[in-house]
Amino acid sequence: MAVPAIVTDKLNKTFGERVAVKGLTLQVEQGEIFGFLGPNGAGKTTSIKMLLGLTAPTSGSASLLGRPIGDRAARARIGFLPEHFRFQEWLTAREFLELHGELLGMESHDLRLRRDKLLERVGLADFGNAPLRTFSKGMLQRIGLAQALLNRPALVFLDEPTSGLDPVGRLLVRDIIHELRGQGTCVFINSHLLSEIEATCDRVAFISHGEVVRVLDMASLDRSLSRVTLRAAGLTPEIAAGLAAWAEHVEINGDEATLVVHNEDNLPEITSYLVARQVRVYAITPKRASLEEIFIETIGEEGGL
Amino acid sequence: MRNIWTLARMTYREALRRRIVLTGLVLGLCFLLVFSIGFHFIYNEFYISPDRTIYRIIRSEATNSLLLAGLYAVSFLSLAMGVLLGVDTLAGEIASGTIQTIASKPVRRAEIVLGKWLGFAALLALYSLLMSGGTALSVFAQSGHVAPNLPAGIGLIYLESLLMMTVALAFSSAIPALAAGGVVFGLYGLAFIGGWIEQIGALLENQAAVKIGIVTSLIIPTEAIWRRASFEMQSPLAGVWGTSPFGAASVPSAAMILYAVVYLAMALGAAINTFQKRDI
Repeated sequence: MAVPAIVTDKLNKTFGERVAVKGLTLQVEQGEIFGFLGPNGAGKTTSIKMLLGLTAPTSGSASLLGRPIGDRAARARIGFLPEHFRFQEWLTAREFLELHGELLGMESHDLRLRRDKLLERVGLADFGNAPLRTFSKGMLQRIGLAQALLNRPALVFLDEPTSGLDPVGRLLVRDIIHELRGQGTCVFINSHLLSEIEATCDRVAFISHGEVVRVLDMASLDRSLSRVTLRAAGLTPEIAAGLAAWAEHVEINGDEATLVVHNEDNLPEITSYLVARQVRVYAITPKRASLEEIFIETIGEEGGL
Repeated sequence: MRNIWTLARMTYREALRRRIVLTGLVLGLCFLLVFSIGFHFIYNEFYISPDRTIYRIIRSEATNSLLLAGLYAVSFLSLAMGVLLGVDTLAGEIASGTIQTIASKPVRRAEIVLGKWLGFAALLALYSLLMSGGTALSVFAQSGHVAPNLPAGIGLIYLESLLMMTVALAFSSAIPALAAGGVVFGLYGLAFIGGWIEQIGALLENQAAVKIGIVTSLIIPTEAIWRRASFEMQSPLAGVWGTSPFGAASVPSAAMILYAVVYLAMALGAAINTFQKRDI
């Protein structure tokens, strides 16, 4: 079994009185696409910065690819797209990739090949000689993404990778993440764009006020339900009360009932139960829990600060 | 080593692309032009028949004083250039976040500081040499006069700008650019006024005033380096006459120059040390 891509043990970061990250304990496996979710100001970026050695933890420890944080051999195998993607704007796109490739210790022939391939991949092949200061926000994000992939990293950190992108750009990022999954690369995504996370991640952690409050396997999300809407004739209060065996909450409104059910497997039993009592069932509509609902349920309505 | 070289090249290229150097050079050329025209008119005032030895000596002294006045201005322009280069680089990149993609690479923080320092040192060498050399060349072309120990003097002017750049870099690793610039120019002002107190004190033979100058030179030895440079380049007679605004009545010792070099190394060490501990 390969060493985990990320292991953190009670990482803490305080800035004076303010606690930015509190007891962060996580394990992310190689090849996993991991989403790190939370409202603004929850400590997502500070966590990434600690893992990358940009910010020193106040206490706790962590390792990346089996090496302690800050280790340069590990950093040579890591890619990083920062949140605000402010780059050396006086460089052309090609020079920018060359600079970062050199700092990664890439051999120059390989670097040139990789540079051109990635420019092509992120749709900037025609802008190789354009200075970054002429780039739009979306183009900067694309070149930043290319920069993060130069060294064929084993682990990539993407901090809000789609925040500046139009729908086409988002689709591109999604495709690239799927490619990375195919190559066995671990991707750690910070985001508050839940639809993006939902479409790409294997597992997500929710972080609020510097703490991980929940870790969720996305595969379980596919089977879990939030509520079921039932349209039927002949629903009596007694029958409805009997539904409580499968549902946490039952609400009847004329011909319609809304049930809160957490397991899909309960649906056939609910149907049999109703049919056995001569209830005429017109529709049972399951509604899956969206990540957004879980997010609100986990983090609360107040959101970020 | 390779990383330092890569970052030095980037720094050099940045200064060229962001037109910092171009602006400096254009203003520098304006300075050289004004200086040359001014020198031309003043020098021609001195015209006297070549056979009068005593007047030739006076003219040579006046020419050297003018050259030193020009070089004094050049030394200020060079150190200001040094401060402008050094003060924004770490602080600015930390503030904008540009540093994040660099510092997350397999690069030591020390290599980032050293790379930037080397890039700026190369730029300053170019700038100092062009400006000091241009001033000296303009005087030579018009009068045939060459200051004594000119290379040593130009070297010291370069050292002064290098020192200021390094101190600016050290502050830039700890505090925002504007604050760092304020502190560095404040220190320069302190050394400047201390230097003058020392000069006047030396003329009045007041030891307390001389000591004030020495203490400010220990706080930051920029003015002392200039006075050593002007001492190197002044004519033997100038010392006898006392002081001109650009000469040196109280001459900093060679030990002070050594102190300046050690000071520079310590400032570079402080820059590295602070930047290593900094959250970015």
